[in-house]
Amino acid sequence: MKKRGKSFWNPIRVAICVVLLFVAVGVALWAYLQGKNVAVLDPQGVVAAHEKSLMIFTLLLSLVVVVPVFTMLFTIAWRYREGNPKKVKYTPDVDGSRWMETLWWGVPIVIIGILCVVTWVSTHQLDPYRALDSKVKPFRVQVVALQWKWLFIYPDYHVASLNQLKIPAKTPVNFEITADGPMSAFWVPNLGTQTYAMTGMSAQLSLMADHAGTYRGSNSNISGTGYADMTFDVQALPTRQAFYEWAKSIANDQCREHLAWDEYEQLAKPSIVNHAVYYHLHDDKLYTDVVNKYMMTGMDMNRMNMSHSDDHGGDDDVDGGSQCGVG
Amino acid sequence: MWGRLGLDAIQTNPVTLGAVVGALVGVLAVVVGLTYFKKWSWLWREWLTSLDPKKIGVMYIVVAFIMLLRGLADAAMLRAQQAVFATGPHSPISPDMFQQVFTAHGTIMIFFVAMGIIFGIINLIMPLQIGARDVAFPLLNAISFWLFAAGMVLINVSLGLGEFAAAGWLAYPPLSELAYSPGTGIDYWIWSLQIAGIGSLLSGVNFLVTIFTMRRPGMTLMKMPVFVWSVVGSLLLVAFAFPILTATLAMLALDRTLGMHFFTADMGGNPMMYINLIWAWGHPEVYILVLPAFGIFSEIVPVFSRKKLFGYKSMVWAIIAIMLLSFTVWLHHFFTMGAGADVNAFFGIMTMVIAIPTGVKVFNWIFTMYRGRVSFTTPMLWFMGFVTTFTLGGVTGVLMAVPGIDFQVHNSLFLVAHFHNMIIGGVVFGAFAGFAYWFPKFTGFRLHEGLGKIAFWCWLIGFLVAFIPLYILGFMGAVRRLDHYDPSLGWQGLFIVAGVGVMIILIGVLFQVLQLAYSIWKRKELAVGPDPWDARTLEWSTSTPIPEYNFATLDAVHTRDAFWTMKHSHKEKKSVKYEPIHVPKNTGFGVYIGAIAFVIGFAIIWHIWWLMAVGFMALIATVVASTQREDTEKTFSVHQITATEAKLWGTDV
Repeated sequence: MKKRGKSFWNPIRVAICVVLLFVAVGVALWAYLQGKNVAVLDPQGVVAAHEKSLMIFTLLLSLVVVVPVFTMLFTIAWRYREGNPKKVKYTPDVDGSRWMETLWWGVPIVIIGILCVVTWVSTHQLDPYRALDSKVKPFRVQVVALQWKWLFIYPDYHVASLNQLKIPAKTPVNFEITADGPMSAFWVPNLGTQTYAMTGMSAQLSLMADHAGTYRGSNSNISGTGYADMTFDVQALPTRQAFYEWAKSIANDQCREHLAWDEYEQLAKPSIVNHAVYYHLHDDKLYTDVVNKYMMTGMDMNRMNMSHSDDHGGDDDVDGGSQCGVG
Repeated sequence: MWGRLGLDAIQTNPVTLGAVVGALVGVLAVVVGLTYFKKWSWLWREWLTSLDPKKIGVMYIVVAFIMLLRGLADAAMLRAQQAVFATGPHSPISPDMFQQVFTAHGTIMIFFVAMGIIFGIINLIMPLQIGARDVAFPLLNAISFWLFAAGMVLINVSLGLGEFAAAGWLAYPPLSELAYSPGTGIDYWIWSLQIAGIGSLLSGVNFLVTIFTMRRPGMTLMKMPVFVWSVVGSLLLVAFAFPILTATLAMLALDRTLGMHFFTADMGGNPMMYINLIWAWGHPEVYILVLPAFGIFSEIVPVFSRKKLFGYKSMVWAIIAIMLLSFTVWLHHFFTMGAGADVNAFFGIMTMVIAIPTGVKVFNWIFTMYRGRVSFTTPMLWFMGFVTTFTLGGVTGVLMAVPGIDFQVHNSLFLVAHFHNMIIGGVVFGAFAGFAYWFPKFTGFRLHEGLGKIAFWCWLIGFLVAFIPLYILGFMGAVRRLDHYDPSLGWQGLFIVAGVGVMIILIGVLFQVLQLAYSIWKRKELAVGPDPWDARTLEWSTSTPIPEYNFATLDAVHTRDAFWTMKHSHKEKKSVKYEPIHVPKNTGFGVYIGAIAFVIGFAIIWHIWWLMAVGFMALIATVVASTQREDTEKTFSVHQITATEAKLWGTDV
């Protein structure tokens, strides 16, 4: 057998090189990530913060298995390499050891057992349907994932916005989420928990921003050609009062576009809009109707559309949009 | 007359056109070459019509390798787009085309590369390892392969004629429904998978019957090589999971072609049901692929450590546990769909539990090396690389099994990095290890070690450089399948690094091609005997080249490492007595059925109903005709066997 003892790459040198390499890559990465938003690791809300600490805990727990695996893999492979000049034992017929096998069935079972408890508890705490614990009265937003836009409806304030979500900070926000189009997913990494948006269904999600700021949100589920453009800003305003003032300014602005069923149907057609649009909401039932749109048979849908025209058809003229020219 | 098929179906996009022209030139070169060297009848007689599982296995691997090159080209395009063009307005790849490319990449890599390699290796190795001469239903085996090939051809036709699916590799409705994807893309996806999938199902049943009925006398279940056990696990999953895929694809096809509403958004259709069903197949599919890879490592580690496999029973029970558990985890693919905390927590826990038997296997492999004599051949390097990457992937997998963490990283590039960690680190590395390990058995010469090692290091380093940035990008909020993103996000640097990683992998592939070519060129110098590694299992007990009947005699086995015991027992060799051996005769029915399946698939995709009807009639006629075959076997007489064996082993046997 070939002798390999004289190799330049003895294990100590290799180990030093590997460690240095890791340090170098780590430093380079750290430098690169300075000033960049690593959203999942930089939580701006209570949900995302909880999820981050859960991740770190799970990672550390996994290391209890991973570190021994790596250590054993390399030390055993090296020590028992063919042609090792040192005399090492060779026991070709040993094919098991009851206590060692018990050990590696047992230790992972214990670790996974711990993780199971953590999972059970955390999954219930983080259940998107559970309202957040807070003394502040929750804020309500309805989200409609369109092709390829995000429509946010604030039913308590009679306004709506496209591709921009405005919420008050330090306030639990209860989202209701649906889709009118292919399945999409609502995700604001700084705030936590993404949720699928699906036609005919209304998902719930509670999030809270800890302080005022602007965060990036996007669709995380492929929904056709405009999918990559389906992003939005989340503007967490300092107070609920600030939101109220913004909403009032939209509602009072005669030049804002109106949103009722007919305008909605136009908006719902596939298109890419890269900027925010604010609407004066003229139809309090809009979200419910969007959800119901896909719960009806074809015939009922037509009837619903007609009835909408009847109910809301006149609204368009009330505010006299003609004064504003092209909005 | 021609349904939806018209001249406008021909692709004119320069990028696709280039690929199509390239592929056609390749096909033409092969055709011209075969004609020039007058090899057509050789090809037909020796390969295409063969029912020998060894040859079918080689054909699987050839198809899978060609598809690997296509899948890699797709991957390179994706990364090039995201690294270079994604932040600017002028990209040669439109969003629609980008979505077709990643859909094709995923579909091809899973269905036509990973499945092809796994079924190829099973064909080659499993009958030999159980000491059998053939599989249970040889013609069915050929039909399975040709259905697989028909699906492969169909998916590649979409490159030039019509379009391919642009809805992701699992084509979630309602996006994949007519309302949002009216073109032929999803239909190509459905029918290429349906045809190949039926092939896989038939093959799975065939191999299961083979393993359960055709083992050597004395080879009890608990004496089977672990690779065979892993194949049993994998094939039981095939038998239970693939019918789900067939039914799901059929329902989606009914929605699209006959206007039904199983999974549409409206009229009472339920897209969530599709996602349930597709993952009830899809998650076991992951284990269908990775279990045989585990089996391969369980063969390699003992051989190259010159030691018995540590904890055989643990290994077997781990396979069985993984197999059963794999059917209880599908829901973790949609934790974010609002299933409720109890359901999410249950499926999260079931998912984590799979880590236990998987971890046990890793420990057993490591302890197989303990007090052994480990030689670091290429297969062993792949093993070391596998444990390293697969363990990392396992950690990220456990992370994502916790619903609270999945809520943040689901559908992000973190997830993409995780499953590439598992599939490349597990299935692909396993396949390469097996390829290098068993190659000399089938060819009589080894692969060049130096080039193989360079290829390994390129793959390992390239893999880390390509996928670690994706974990970080996932944390930065980058979701999968983005054809462009805002440059101000600062993602481009990491995407460029990932692109460099893909290039390093491509260099690795180049070295593998080089290794193969160089080894063939130097085959005289690299020639080895029938048992070059001093191996332990029955496949190495036969001569190289392996005779068509595999084994001249079917001696009973008494121990686990049957061949090792044979070599090391000091019993006198009994004088061998041969008996006539029957092997199946070649037949073209596999090719015919594959061709007809292709025509039927093509006809349905393009709504050419008369052609579909003709196809179905031809199919029935062919099946009936195949049952009427009478002269189906050829016989090796005792004289022929004696002569063959003497020739293969040298005169002293």
